[in-house]
Amino acid sequence: MKITFRLNGKTETVQAAPTRSLLDWLREERGLTGTKEGCNEGDCGACTVMVSDAEGRAQALNACILFLPQLEGKSVRTVEGLEGPDGALHPVQQALIDHHGSQCGFCTPGFAMSMATAHLNGQTDFNDRLAGNLCRCTGYAPIVKAAESAASAPVPDWIREGPAPRPEGHSPDAGAEAEVALPTSSDALATWYAAHPDATLVAGATDVGLWVTKGLRELPEMAFLTGCTDLAQITETDTEIRIGAMVTMSDLRPVMARHHPSLAELLRRFASAQVRAAATVGGNIANGSPIGDTPPALIALGANLHLRHGDSRRTIPLEEFFIAYGKQDRAPGEFVEAVSIPRQPDNLHCYKLSKRFDQDISALCGCFNIACEDGRVRNARIAFGGMAATPKRARHVEAALLGQEWTPQTVDRAAHAFTHDFSPISDMRASADYRLETAANMLRRCLAETQGTATNVLEVRP
Amino acid sequence: MSVSRPLPHDAARLHVTGAARYVDDIPVPADCLHAAFGLSEIAAGTITEMDLNAVRAAPGVIAVLTAADLPGHNDVSPAPGFVEEMLSSGEVYYLGQPIFLVLAESHLQARKAARLGVIRYEERKPIFTIEDALAANWRFEDGPRVYESGDPEDAIATAPRQIDGSIEMGGQEHFYLESQAALVLPQENGDVVVHCSSQHPTEIQHKVAEALDAPMHAVRVEVRRMGGGFGGKESQGNALACACAVAARLTGRPCKMRYDRDDDMVITGKRHDFRIDYRVGVSAEGKILGITFEQYCRCGWAQDLSLPVADRAMLHADNAYFLPNVRITSHRLRTNTQSATAFRGFGGPQGMLGIERVLDHIAHDLGRDPLQVRRLNYYAEAPLGEAGGLSAPAAHRARTDGASMDGPPEDISGKAIDRTRTPYHMEVEDFCLGALTERLAESSGYAARRAAVAEWNVANPILKKGIALTPVKFGISFTLTHLNQAGALVHVYSDGSIQLNHGGTEMGQGLFQKVAQVAAQAFGVGMDHVRITATDTGKVPNTSATAASSGTDLNGMAVKLACDEIRERIAAVIAERYQAAPSDVRFAGGMVHVGAEALSFAQAAQAAYQARVSLSATGFYRTPNISWDRIAGRGRPFFYFAYGAAVTEVVLDTLTGENRILRTDILHDAGASLNPAIDIGQIEGGYVQGAGWLTTEELVWDTKGRLTTHAPSTYKIPACSDRPEIFNTELWEAPNRAETIYRSKAVGEPPFMLGISAFLALSDAVAACGPGYPSLDAPATPERVLRAIARVRQ
Repeated sequence: MKITFRLNGKTETVQAAPTRSLLDWLREERGLTGTKEGCNEGDCGACTVMVSDAEGRAQALNACILFLPQLEGKSVRTVEGLEGPDGALHPVQQALIDHHGSQCGFCTPGFAMSMATAHLNGQTDFNDRLAGNLCRCTGYAPIVKAAESAASAPVPDWIREGPAPRPEGHSPDAGAEAEVALPTSSDALATWYAAHPDATLVAGATDVGLWVTKGLRELPEMAFLTGCTDLAQITETDTEIRIGAMVTMSDLRPVMARHHPSLAELLRRFASAQVRAAATVGGNIANGSPIGDTPPALIALGANLHLRHGDSRRTIPLEEFFIAYGKQDRAPGEFVEAVSIPRQPDNLHCYKLSKRFDQDISALCGCFNIACEDGRVRNARIAFGGMAATPKRARHVEAALLGQEWTPQTVDRAAHAFTHDFSPISDMRASADYRLETAANMLRRCLAETQGTATNVLEVRP
Repeated sequence: MSVSRPLPHDAARLHVTGAARYVDDIPVPADCLHAAFGLSEIAAGTITEMDLNAVRAAPGVIAVLTAADLPGHNDVSPAPGFVEEMLSSGEVYYLGQPIFLVLAESHLQARKAARLGVIRYEERKPIFTIEDALAANWRFEDGPRVYESGDPEDAIATAPRQIDGSIEMGGQEHFYLESQAALVLPQENGDVVVHCSSQHPTEIQHKVAEALDAPMHAVRVEVRRMGGGFGGKESQGNALACACAVAARLTGRPCKMRYDRDDDMVITGKRHDFRIDYRVGVSAEGKILGITFEQYCRCGWAQDLSLPVADRAMLHADNAYFLPNVRITSHRLRTNTQSATAFRGFGGPQGMLGIERVLDHIAHDLGRDPLQVRRLNYYAEAPLGEAGGLSAPAAHRARTDGASMDGPPEDISGKAIDRTRTPYHMEVEDFCLGALTERLAESSGYAARRAAVAEWNVANPILKKGIALTPVKFGISFTLTHLNQAGALVHVYSDGSIQLNHGGTEMGQGLFQKVAQVAAQAFGVGMDHVRITATDTGKVPNTSATAASSGTDLNGMAVKLACDEIRERIAAVIAERYQAAPSDVRFAGGMVHVGAEALSFAQAAQAAYQARVSLSATGFYRTPNISWDRIAGRGRPFFYFAYGAAVTEVVLDTLTGENRILRTDILHDAGASLNPAIDIGQIEGGYVQGAGWLTTEELVWDTKGRLTTHAPSTYKIPACSDRPEIFNTELWEAPNRAETIYRSKAVGEPPFMLGISAFLALSDAVAACGPGYPSLDAPATPERVLRAIARVRQ
């Protein structure tokens, strides 16, 4: 198919297979080898590029799991486009040299792109901005020093993208017969998908990308939802917060920071900046993973899921969507349109447990929405990821808490109920015993936190 | 002075602009083939049937090769006497072993086709664990190796206290960011040129020659740089280079192979995991009187470099401590897993963690500060005044006797000579950890912070802090003595520009820049005069691997010798022209001075050229003063020792075992540093990598022997926020007592072991949870930490 985007300031129209990754295209077709392949699955950041949308908003993305059709109408900047037209280095490049931020140099272009994107956006939370860039040589200290020292330098003119490139002579909206579609609205998507119910829908491609790069799968029918901007809205009313399926994790985070800060913190630890900028709420739900991080939080908040097939729509409690491993309550041709959270006072506590704090998949993720009144538990919705074949509520634990005093004695009693709710597996992330023990301890942590005891190692300063 | 300046890495600008070229970035001819291995799906057995029809029929496939198709030796082993087949000829030893080779028009086509092979096996019961291997007595060498000194059994039995224990430590994936890669370009006459990502170009040349059944002169290997090595590219690149060479021979087309990350992790070797059992007898104050270690080393299926790795683990079982009566027993066990291989430290970290655990255990048992117990057991501090009083920086010489610390090295004066002998009968002549530790303890506020940690732990029921100071003493030299040699080739062109080449390879450690600084220093010119070029077996032959931290020591010296020779030739020409003595000719500031006259270096080079004097020279260096009998465990395996120490403070969550490094202070001995910026980079990077080994980096195999942590999604190296929030790194800055290049010290591997302080700080924090000893195993994932907490509370 034909894709139009801007590459390092110059508009390109390219003919490519829909599952051609930007990384392979850059390296193999264009000889732009500055962008590196480190893992080919979005976990190391060596392939990081800067992608700006039609509004000029720049984000760092992993080129290895970015299919070319996702770039339609966007601007891409690679490390080859980071220098000025006269060969002047970008401030982050100079700072990396000055602070000895490169050793073997293989991860360096990816770091430079993440740093340049943060620099452009005025972001200085470097631990988070760089969590998706792995370096095996330096130990990171000189890289962070470089990022800090470049932060105050003015943004170079050449790094700002011009107006969005316009597709040349072809409509991105495919006809109903096309096997690959680039719809520009949810209506167009609904129509096409109803006619191609076996197709793969690609939102951010942070999961589907791996089907291709690691699973080596062929995907005969695909729709890229990048253009469905109407699905990328967050609407706040008096009764609910409605989150469109194409809302990314990075866009959801500031909204949650206002309503449910603990979920915002969970989202901070959701993968990496590159993945959060691509991964969508709808994708994280629709792929049905038992270890996705948003479903347990959303279930604990009592969220509802809005599904659409053609012109017909239905709404179900999110927890009912997950039937069994790999099986969701979704008919062929039906897609996730939005998820909505009822407005409520914030009582949410989210705990993610993984081997590494950043850019890791949860061994388990526990979300506790516990409301107390006069020292007694009035309401308890507790949901876990990583403890069962689906994201799942801890109903026995909830029952053991309801109406009881919010005390260590109650919590200890209720903690026994976890074995009734879950029979987790042992795998490379954790053993079943550890999962059960820490799930119970998360409840204890929730109590301690509400009582003001320090429980979070991330909040301890040296 | 070019040496001692903190100059950036020579390729820094190329790195940040993406212009630095790695193997996969080299433009290839249009007809280049791409290769991928088809892998074993079982861990142990015999191939009974191989159906590769679907592979051959897959789109883009040009050829599929099996062991029977290979024109030369089917052996990529670096170990003499052990055959490691490139493609299995029938026997399968691990899940992931290459069985057939696909050649296709593209990398993706080769990968896709490689999955289509249908292979049937007669399976055998695999051997995975240390216990399995011991039960089957499946090992390398006839039996365990033993180093012994004194009478450990008697010393332990008669000691006031006996302590025993055991520690398990996991392996480690190198996770170099650039996966293994090779590109072979066929030449006329059957010759080949190999571009590869290897720490050992000569070994690649040797193995490719064998694979082609050709002499070594038919193979030229070039390595410009690696995207990280860490030991993982010492032997593990052999298979790719040989596969591409064979493909080029059979098809006449260039061939490239690079492992997809998952393939790289499944196929290639990792750090050896170990279990170390110990039994120690101590005095009432905690002085070690006798000790035995049983080191169980899981080598994987092939011998590879396991013997010298296991040797080095034995050689570092003492670390910084005098062990008067000691026996170290080393079992080199075979298992049906990836062949464990070289990894930064090369067994040293495992041996060192064993003794550091023992010191921690002794301190806990006696209720003493572990630092006191450590200092009590240190080797005797080297006396000042020898070798020009080079043991300590000038500012600290006044108090280097170490006597002001509370843990007194009480026998330094009278019995010092007794406390210098290692378990392998080498004298430690340059020990400086007494003074170094004192300075670090002071600069890091160790004593006050230890008290503050204890107070904090009383006040916090759920979170606990811990702190530990651990030292490193690391022996420098290849233990295989003949490897301690290096060659260089230096050209001065008639315009005064200098091109240098040596046998060392650049993997990010800054070797090229440090050696270029040596050359610039020798000629008294600026760095812009010097261009260092890709390592090339056609320029400098018969090189050793860039390994054992020896790259700068060996190659820097070889380059200096070559430069000195050319400089003397130029000096003779200039001296003759100005009727002066050659010794009066000085090279400085880009000029050549003789009396009141001065020429630019370019003019001087031109003068030498016109006088028909050669401006090209080779240099050759071999390390003096070493000899080693690895079977007897006696001799002087090391030219000198590198030293360092680190203090790490951590916090952990007793509900989940989650933990974090809060602060790290390091004082490290790089001798008179050739480039302090590059050396500090090695130290900080080494520390973080070492801490990663012992905390988040966990290798997990399932019951079939499949590595389930085969990608960065499941194998977690430290990320940005895992570095210590406060990270103070300083150089000890004392010239090396040994006559190394400008009195610098090797710095590649030693700092890795500073990461042990993070592990023992975690152990310290766990110990705050109850009366028991944590006996923490590594890696200290949250799960292992939580288990250890449960143990101490019992």
